[in-house]
Amino acid sequence: MFASFMINDWIAGSIIAIIAGLAGFFVVIRGATFAAHALPLGTFPGAAAAALLGINPLWGLIAFAGLGVIGIAVFARAQRNDVATGLTLIFLLGIGILLLSLSGHYAQNVYALLFGEILGVSNAELLPVAIIGFIVALGLIVSFRPLLLTALSPDLAAARLISPARANFLFLGLLGLATAMALPVVGALLVFSLMTGPPAIARAISRRPGFAMALSAFIALLMVWAAIALSYLTNWPVGFFIGTLAALSYGASRAASSALA
Amino acid sequence: MIFAPGFFTNTPVQTALIIAGSAAIISAATGVFTIIRGQSFAGHALADISSAGGAAAFLSGISPILGFLGVAVLAAGALDIITPRRAAERDLATGVVLGAGLGITALLLYLGVTLHSTSGAAITVMFGSMFAIPASLIPLNLAIGVAALVIIGLIYRPLLLASLNPDLAAIRGVPVRLIGLLHLLVLSLAVTLSAMTIGAILSTALLIGPAAAALRIARRPAAAIALAVAFGLISCWGGILLAYDSYNWTPGHTWPVSFFITAIIFVLYLLSGIRRAG
Repeated sequence: MFASFMINDWIAGSIIAIIAGLAGFFVVIRGATFAAHALPLGTFPGAAAAALLGINPLWGLIAFAGLGVIGIAVFARAQRNDVATGLTLIFLLGIGILLLSLSGHYAQNVYALLFGEILGVSNAELLPVAIIGFIVALGLIVSFRPLLLTALSPDLAAARLISPARANFLFLGLLGLATAMALPVVGALLVFSLMTGPPAIARAISRRPGFAMALSAFIALLMVWAAIALSYLTNWPVGFFIGTLAALSYGASRAASSALA
Repeated sequence: MIFAPGFFTNTPVQTALIIAGSAAIISAATGVFTIIRGQSFAGHALADISSAGGAAAFLSGISPILGFLGVAVLAAGALDIITPRRAAERDLATGVVLGAGLGITALLLYLGVTLHSTSGAAITVMFGSMFAIPASLIPLNLAIGVAALVIIGLIYRPLLLASLNPDLAAIRGVPVRLIGLLHLLVLSLAVTLSAMTIGAILSTALLIGPAAAALRIARRPAAAIALAVAFGLISCWGGILLAYDSYNWTPGHTWPVSFFITAIIFVLYLLSGIRRAG
């Protein structure tokens, strides 16, 4: 399990877990679960676009994540947030299905893109994960206060001249980057499980934002480690363990908090 | 040539026209309520979760429509039970259920691939299999569609009131929670039909797209529903026609029907914005 060919998987998984846990804290307090689900799902055809153009899949993923962020912002002018997110998702998947079909041989990778494939992270893939992870973590820490204020007390944010729309755009941009980075490993459909389960538990344990954010990253790390280990032992997909572990621990935390209340 | 030879005599095309047509009608009508109630995420989540049923059907060899239907109805019940009353927590709980459902889909598809050593199931379940639906499924499919329409018809007024103003509905004695559950049930029927045709993850397109476009034009709910149904039918039937014709554009390679359907929905949505601006 800790053989040399698995080292990169453990490193990549750990970076992704920490970033997803940190970003997830804001997903939960900003009520952005649908966006956190729709961005990765709409982004995954970016890999097929990159395959058609013959470039590194990561660039395709970043481009589609960028389209998704812009799409949500543009549609939100005429629609409520959930409808804007849904329309963006439709738009990206519509283009995506065409690209997947045109790059015919690519279809076999669809399962891995949707549900993740942790075994087999190469050195060349590890570097961008580390760089993007660093950028996203830095961005989240630098914009910690505006992101927190616009979510928790819009009045105070307005008094300090922080634009909620701009803060949201910044947040979605960071979320998009985190998505593009995590997607090839965790899979488009289950990135958001890491971004909702751990922070929800952390919020139930602590109301202090800084501590809850760190705790969320720590829980996400434990969850990914458990998922990699279980996936290695059973050969079952990583996404299955992440999805069910997140749901089980969220259920347990809700049961515990209602028992204490 | 608009209609390529054989369009109206081809059995898979006829089956697709019927099943996609009923999916479009039910999804568009339900979608109007779904948007008014702010439940687009729940609608999308039900569709995604139903993919676990599609994968289970593939694994066990039962009919996919029964798989989608069973899991979608179960998921609707689960969402109703675990969903907290507060809106902000509601999305989170929906997301966690969705994650669990997708995790199970991942496992079932993986087991399906290892047991049957075929790899097409992920594409079929997620992106639909419009022209591979056997004609024998038409009666079951129509029964699901009629059941959905009957429920919508029976609860139309209370559902509308509970969607537009839950507080007023509660004061008037409308059983708001039961109505919400029935709405989720209709949603799961709509999702089943569209998952069969354009696929589990794309069924949001039929649910949200036509309804969002119609709600930008029509002011009255009944008019919005009628318009949404028309938009849904135009997109589905138009998409099937274009996909059929596309065989002649790029010889030997058919363009995906789901692409044409979402593209038409999108054009209709953009046009609905112009109509309002003018």
